[in-house]
Amino acid sequence: MILPFFIIIPLLTAFLITLISGKKDDWAIILSIIAALSLLVLSVFSFVTIGGNTVVYNMSAWKIPYTICLVLDALSSFMLLIVSIISLTSLMFSIKYIRHLSPSWKYYALFMFLVTGMNGVIVTGDLFNLYVFLEIALIAAYALVAYGSKAEEFEASFKYAVMGSISSILILVGIGIIYSTTSTLTLASIAKVLPERNPQVMYWVGGIFMAGFGLKAAVMPFHAWLPDAHSSAPAPISSMLSGVLIKTLGIYVLIRFFFNVLGAPDIFMTIFLVLGSISILVASFLAIGQWDLKRLLAYSSISQIGFILLGLGIATPLAIFGAVFHILNHAIFKSLLFYNAGTVEMAIGTRDLRKMGNLTKALPVASSTSMIATLSIAGMPPFNGFFSKLIIIIAAVQAVHPGYALIAVVGSLLTLVYFMKVQRYGFRGEELIEKPDVKVGLGMKASMIILATLCVVTSLLVIPGIREVTLESVVSVITGKTDYIFNVLGR
Amino acid sequence: MTVYLLCFILLLVGLYGIITKRDLIKIILSLGIMGYAANLMLILFGYKSGAIYPILEKGVTPEIMVDPLPQALVLTSIVIELGITAMLVALAVRLFEKYKTFDITKIRRLSG
Repeated sequence: MILPFFIIIPLLTAFLITLISGKKDDWAIILSIIAALSLLVLSVFSFVTIGGNTVVYNMSAWKIPYTICLVLDALSSFMLLIVSIISLTSLMFSIKYIRHLSPSWKYYALFMFLVTGMNGVIVTGDLFNLYVFLEIALIAAYALVAYGSKAEEFEASFKYAVMGSISSILILVGIGIIYSTTSTLTLASIAKVLPERNPQVMYWVGGIFMAGFGLKAAVMPFHAWLPDAHSSAPAPISSMLSGVLIKTLGIYVLIRFFFNVLGAPDIFMTIFLVLGSISILVASFLAIGQWDLKRLLAYSSISQIGFILLGLGIATPLAIFGAVFHILNHAIFKSLLFYNAGTVEMAIGTRDLRKMGNLTKALPVASSTSMIATLSIAGMPPFNGFFSKLIIIIAAVQAVHPGYALIAVVGSLLTLVYFMKVQRYGFRGEELIEKPDVKVGLGMKASMIILATLCVVTSLLVIPGIREVTLESVVSVITGKTDYIFNVLGR
Repeated sequence: MTVYLLCFILLLVGLYGIITKRDLIKIILSLGIMGYAANLMLILFGYKSGAIYPILEKGVTPEIMVDPLPQALVLTSIVIELGITAMLVALAVRLFEKYKTFDITKIRRLSG
């Protein structure tokens, strides 16, 4: 039974790090890399073997109404795989970067708590348990955003913590309302009982959760914390937050709740569409005006989250395929871009695009991988971003939503505009910079090269033969809607 | 019904405080009020008037007890809120060291 190990391994590693590392961070690095590697192996194994099955693990051997159950299906193993890939590369990037910033084992312990929280949210099948893991991930994230101990970082972290707490309280109220109606907290039982007891409650709870988890996902009206928090955090943490945290705590829970528990009611799909299109357009225009590289990337995250929501809102199998594919792609290229930004910040000490110049000679790996990431996110063939955006646009046309297809096309063009700005001023500017102030570590280069390779390799997932064995089962979990009940509870 | 309404008003009082107050400590206290309202709501959902404590003894059936699960949930959520409040206070202290003020209108180096 591999399911509980997704939570046990990072939690135990965090505990061991605090226990055995003295003043140095050597043991912390070794332990956390081992943990991330073993999580990667486990998640690859579960993603390959799960297929269309669902595995349920009952904690303490109680039966389902009394226990907290852990559920693993294709969707959760897919998300676990993304978390594992990004956390391993982030740790490899962190070694040199954090030693340059301020070396401490505390960073690695907090990092492991962040992974614990995210894995917990993904595998749990119980609503209150989900809330607890969500808070574990968020408290670690607040501390990690403030890790650099600069004034701006505390400010961003405080803002993030206040807004995150408001949304958590909203979620808690929503959980209370669900419990008072259904007398159960297991997601599958809620899905079964809620329509029988009182269908009207669905709208109340849906509204509250849309605000609560929408804030975690930084959908447009709830986005105000994201540009500050993601641009102030250390670069590997920015890539964890932008790459996976907003997707696991936000998008994944929205999918699980609105598709698998409520059965995708039309009104919420319309809300997904509207919020998604607002996010795409407004965040793109805001991104064009930014001169701080990391802040520009943060706004671009909001806009790409809009694409995912748009795909989910159209809700045809093809559109959901596009959304799921875009979750994977965005995790890869956005993390890569944040590594590039972190490398530049460490090497030449600025992240203002106007002060950067031609970096192709000083930072060859960072500037060439940034080109790949730029082409991916802007939607150029043959990179992965092209296919996911194209699929979302085709699905919008097929589902007779031409307006939304137009919005997606415009958003995609605007993405190209602001990333051309990054390349024009940031990495291939006028002034040639000969040498970096600080040498870039081997782990940093390796993590950038791995993700740049993945940018090309994951575009193979659209080929029909490969698509059937990988992403189709994930899509069928989402389009299956309330089949989730039977998969978990049995017929 | 009145108790739920009062509970909702308490939640709104907390939200009002977070939105309007300019002092970091007052914002943290308002978050606390909002959290209490959520916890109170959970407890109220599990309450039955005239029911007894939820311990299974001889001659006691579950029908006359209050629901114990919301109480367990509230204990967990109180611990979580303690963690968040400690985190926020620590951040407020460090912010005071950097800016020498608790006023959020003077703490704005980040542009929206």
